[in-house]
Amino acid sequence: MGLEAALGDGYLTTKIDTLVNWGRSNAVWPMPMGLACCGIEMMAFAGPKYDVSRFGSEVFRFSPRQSDLMIVAGWCTYKMAHAVRRIWDQMPDPKWCIAMGACASTGGMHRSYGVVQGVDNFLPVDAYVSGCPPRPDAVIHALMNIQEKIKTQHTVLLDD
Amino acid sequence: MSLPEFFQNLTLDLKNKFAASILEISDYQGDVLITVSINSIIDVLTFLKNEHRFIYLCDMVAADRFTSKDRFEVIYNIISLKAQKRLFIKTRCSEDNPTMPTATSIWPSANWHEREAFDMFGIQFDGHPDLRRLFLPEDFDYYPLRKEFPLLGIPGSLPLPSTTPDSKA
Repeated sequence: MGLEAALGDGYLTTKIDTLVNWGRSNAVWPMPMGLACCGIEMMAFAGPKYDVSRFGSEVFRFSPRQSDLMIVAGWCTYKMAHAVRRIWDQMPDPKWCIAMGACASTGGMHRSYGVVQGVDNFLPVDAYVSGCPPRPDAVIHALMNIQEKIKTQHTVLLDD
Repeated sequence: MSLPEFFQNLTLDLKNKFAASILEISDYQGDVLITVSINSIIDVLTFLKNEHRFIYLCDMVAADRFTSKDRFEVIYNIISLKAQKRLFIKTRCSEDNPTMPTATSIWPSANWHEREAFDMFGIQFDGHPDLRRLFLPEDFDYYPLRKEFPLLGIPGSLPLPSTTPDSKA
């Protein structure tokens, strides 16, 4: 079915990088880090209406060892930062991170001694999503940006 | 100021017994607030619990009035389930010696409320069985709800996780 019928007895040339990145970018499994109200929008992002399985990211894994993308959804205290970082460190490379919403990106309205003013203080964030909370579309947009990023990166070195 | 009959009887009773310790009686939005001198606060609270059935300590909060005299205030929010009445008892202590007697011997539920007041304002509660910080780390050096504490905290006072966990350092 599908490709074989269209190609007949032909073949297809590509680069291993392209093939690997195509696979990776269409199977970005998120690690849900729902810390506050943004977590609800993150669930809508995975639910049937916005249906993120169109992008291959419907498999929310509650184990960091099976995830590729951490979505930090909500404000993060200094106390929680240690747990978040520890989970991040347990995720296998390559991995990506979305700071979802104003609080995760900058601290948002929580200008307080106990709240980290942006999770990029301790995580390498790839995509920031504005909004309080952001609409699920905006999170899908961030996911698509990350897919673009994955597709343009070079992981396999060419043999000289 | 005209109080409801229940509180008129109650304040009369308090004045008869602790005349010198009752500093102020006021009402606001239907609630009665009584300011009591710190020396007899435990006697007043015990009396209210035993004689007027205020058996339920609904809440206990502290406040920083930021005045040069009697800076810190502790407010007991107590309820008589029998009379279905709420009463606020206030008492104040100075900045130099922020010490209060504990109410845990009267209402055991004051335990965590007093720990929170200690955590946020640095008020010491004499006789408290377990006066540790409630929310903040044990080695935190500041009291964040004091007015002079900066909104965004003291930089470096709360540690962030290491971003290079694999390094030896």
